[in-house]
Amino acid sequence: MEINRKNKLLIGLAAFALLLLGKLFYIQIINDEYKKDASNNSMVYADIYPPRGVIYDRNGEILVGNSVCYDILVTPRDVSEFDTLELARALDTTASFIRDRMAYYREYRSRIGYRTVTLLKQVSPEIYMQFAEKQYLFPGFRSQARSIRDYPFNAGGNLLGYITEVNADDIENHPGEYEAGDYIGRTGLESSMEEELRGEKGYHIMLRDSRNRVQSAYLDGREDKAAVPGKNIVSTIDAHLQQYGQQLMAGKVGSVVAIEPSTGEILAMVSSPGIDVDVLADIGSHYDSLSRDPRKPMFNRTVMASYPPGSVFKLVNGLIGLQEGVLEPSDKYPCNNGYYYTRTRKLGCHAHSSPLDFESAIATSCNGYFCYVLRDILENDRYASTAEALDAWREYVLSFGFGEKLGSGIPAELGGNIPTSGYYDKLYGKGRWRFQTIVSLSIGQGEIGATPLQIANLAAIMANRGYWYVPHLVKDSEGVSIDPAYKERHYTLVDTSYFATAVEGMYKAVNGGGSAGGTAFAAAVPGLDVCGKTGTAQNPHGEDNSVFICFAPKDNPKIAVAAYVENAGFGATWALPVASLMLEKYLTGDICPQRRYLEQRMLETRFF
Amino acid sequence: MDARGSYSYGRGLRQTIDWWLVFCYLALVVIGWISIYASIHSSEPSSIFDLGSRSGKQFLWMLVVFAVDVVILFAVNPKLWEVLTPPAYLVVLVLLVLVIFLSRDVKGSHSWFELGPVKFQPAEVSKITTSLMLALIMGRQGFRLTTPRGFTQVALAIGLPMLAILGESETGSALVYLGYIFVLYREGLSGWWLFALAMCILLFILTLTAGWWVSAAVLVATCALCCLLLLRRRWKTSAAYRRRVVRWALAGVAAGAMLIFATGFIFNNVLQDHQRSRIEVLLGLKEDPSGVGYNVRQSMIAIGSGGLTGKGFLNGTQTTFGFVPEQSTDFIFCTIGEEHGFIGCFVVIFLYVMMIWRIMQDADKSREAFTRIYGNCLAACLFMHLFINIGMTIGLMPVIGIPLPMLSYGGSSLLAFSVLIFIFLALNRQENKYF
Repeated sequence: MEINRKNKLLIGLAAFALLLLGKLFYIQIINDEYKKDASNNSMVYADIYPPRGVIYDRNGEILVGNSVCYDILVTPRDVSEFDTLELARALDTTASFIRDRMAYYREYRSRIGYRTVTLLKQVSPEIYMQFAEKQYLFPGFRSQARSIRDYPFNAGGNLLGYITEVNADDIENHPGEYEAGDYIGRTGLESSMEEELRGEKGYHIMLRDSRNRVQSAYLDGREDKAAVPGKNIVSTIDAHLQQYGQQLMAGKVGSVVAIEPSTGEILAMVSSPGIDVDVLADIGSHYDSLSRDPRKPMFNRTVMASYPPGSVFKLVNGLIGLQEGVLEPSDKYPCNNGYYYTRTRKLGCHAHSSPLDFESAIATSCNGYFCYVLRDILENDRYASTAEALDAWREYVLSFGFGEKLGSGIPAELGGNIPTSGYYDKLYGKGRWRFQTIVSLSIGQGEIGATPLQIANLAAIMANRGYWYVPHLVKDSEGVSIDPAYKERHYTLVDTSYFATAVEGMYKAVNGGGSAGGTAFAAAVPGLDVCGKTGTAQNPHGEDNSVFICFAPKDNPKIAVAAYVENAGFGATWALPVASLMLEKYLTGDICPQRRYLEQRMLETRFF
Repeated sequence: MDARGSYSYGRGLRQTIDWWLVFCYLALVVIGWISIYASIHSSEPSSIFDLGSRSGKQFLWMLVVFAVDVVILFAVNPKLWEVLTPPAYLVVLVLLVLVIFLSRDVKGSHSWFELGPVKFQPAEVSKITTSLMLALIMGRQGFRLTTPRGFTQVALAIGLPMLAILGESETGSALVYLGYIFVLYREGLSGWWLFALAMCILLFILTLTAGWWVSAAVLVATCALCCLLLLRRRWKTSAAYRRRVVRWALAGVAAGAMLIFATGFIFNNVLQDHQRSRIEVLLGLKEDPSGVGYNVRQSMIAIGSGGLTGKGFLNGTQTTFGFVPEQSTDFIFCTIGEEHGFIGCFVVIFLYVMMIWRIMQDADKSREAFTRIYGNCLAACLFMHLFINIGMTIGLMPVIGIPLPMLSYGGSSLLAFSVLIFIFLALNRQENKYF
């Protein structure tokens, strides 16, 4: 071809055409980015929210269900003139609220564009019906059904927990699992069983135009994905017992935990003051006032508070003494209003007959006796030093589920504290402390911290005569099987044969009669062989804390209960009635007439 | 219609009319019409002939335009165009100026006459009259572009309407007039002008994206290289030649340097805000996916999502649901890109290139200077519209609101291009009949 100007121009033309085709080839065939953008652009994935799993109690009562409420939505661009008063009346709100919102939308109209925004959240079906009847009067307004949590029983606010919309951290911590607007269990069972409860979202694919108006279903819905409902779970809680416990604890600060000893299933778990289930469904609007409450209702004391267990811990010390061979059940120690651990310093005790054997010492909760016991444990010749003996003692105590997290799966569970020799070395200096320094451990005071759940577990261990299951809140059910670890028996390091005498002591404490010095005679229920142990834990912050553990019947126990009431004085006065009433209610379904006064007093007394 | 009926001698229709050209033209018009239908298609389909819709209106226009085409081709003596050129050119020029003062403000531009329902844009007609005027001036016996007189005449013929259109704030339409430089080149303008124009664009872009010193380095390097090549090739020639080369090179450097330092000023003070942001988006200096970048982004998404074969007629999700703005007018190419994919785009571009190619070949074969020059003007106009419009939809060019010839919705645009093309066909036919 001749290189003249015409041909140069033709070559130029071809070159420019190739440039266009090259770029087209790139964006249409090589680069995928634009195709992805296109599907985002024009397909709306309308989420189908799965119903969250229902939580049942152990008897099939619904603790947490779902109910429908409605959000009222508005697309400001589609709104034409309407009667503000009429809408306010239909939605049961004020005209000024509507006017304010509309003014707000007008102000931010460029930001809102063609989007749809939420005008009112969670309106009731009644209001929705009112609105739906008149909806034709209000173009641009519509409603959307939402499933919210519903609580038929006022039971277990704290242990059930609540759900909230996910925040940025949740989305980041569970990549690919959540999107803005999804709900997540925040506390309690809702949180620990989140994976089972939440189900799987589905979607409708819709085609939309650039004004965000939905035009039609994509491929007639063939590519849609149905939502997978969340799994239902069966809780170990007895809804009626839980509710009763909450009533008894009303106005008191503390916890009650009831466990079925033969399985480790938690029957009731009350933290008082707690969250009413009414506020759970709408936690957002109550959150501030709840978190400002000085009594911390959101704080689940049953697992998040660590207290000195007090005299109930004497059981543990006694059992260790027996196992270590430094104590025989028949051993008697004198106690005259206390134990002199130095020439001048006495750990006081109340008036009771003296000397006492092991059983009676438990029944009367003699402080002096258990000082001797711990002395003998710590000053045992088998160990080179008190420190070594203390660590051996600690191993025993840990085998009772103290000092470490039980592994209940309840969110924010604490492990409590059982001191090590290293701890005292640091505190007093190596070799500069001895039994006398730490004498208060004898009676469950001092550096010991235990959660009410651990104390309840001790009650279960006593009931089982030497073993325990990890206390837990969820039972096996269709589709949900619990961690096999919950079915594993944990034996303490104390031989089961030693438990009989300790249990006998607990029996005597309740049924020995006042004359025998039993501290827990008020817990006696006719026909039920109740075994119990009181405790009064010194509280550096004020009045003593009141503790009581019990189980019944004595043979083949069905329930073990621990109650811990803060700043309430003697264990026999407050914790005992609460625990024993719950035990009676659970076993007989009623309170016998002789004990009605006790129930009355508990229901009526409120410290705040 | 039998040509022999009205003309008693010469060759017949088969030989005298460039049917390939007519085929390309008709194909593009029909593709445009169908694409307009596709781009306004909604979930409630209406007939392509529905006169309430754009496709129906376009169909009416097509009937009118085809009638006009036939008249131009068979009923008008092509000599008439030459005679009419000077008065038509002047009238259009006057209208171009008048429209600035007499028209309503449409998105900042003043380019439409409105007489009731009839709207008329003088700038569309101006392409025809300017092309004719250039053909007339340069086709004269003894015209030489290299003389100052000839050059001035041509510069005025192009520059006056261009300035008037700039005055209407129709920068896009004015840019099309730059395409006439190819015609001038064909008619003897030094290639250095094309080179200088390309350099200007390059320096402008480099200064904005890479910084003034990169731009300056490129300028100096280019001038030095040109200098070296020129001197080496003709080293043995006179000292005067060497001096001239060096002088020009230095002048080039000086002019380029001025451009570089004026770039910031031009960019920030001469260009209007929307023009500036369109260029910023194109050069990637600014991300603006919801504002200026929106059109281009949506357009590229629509075209890109078409893939090789497209989503099928009326199945485009981007274009039928109105994501692409100016869908049936300036961004009509998106519909083709999305629904017919790369293959569809290739066919359309091929049709255009073939059309321009045929026009240039026909023009070159012509013995009449008027026909040759007019044909090349036509080719240049089509090329500029093609490249700017499609380039804009795929992010190669800034957003410049000019239609895609024959495809975009709009009667006056279709009419103008049809007249432009059929005058050439008529001129060409006239010639073919006798030679």
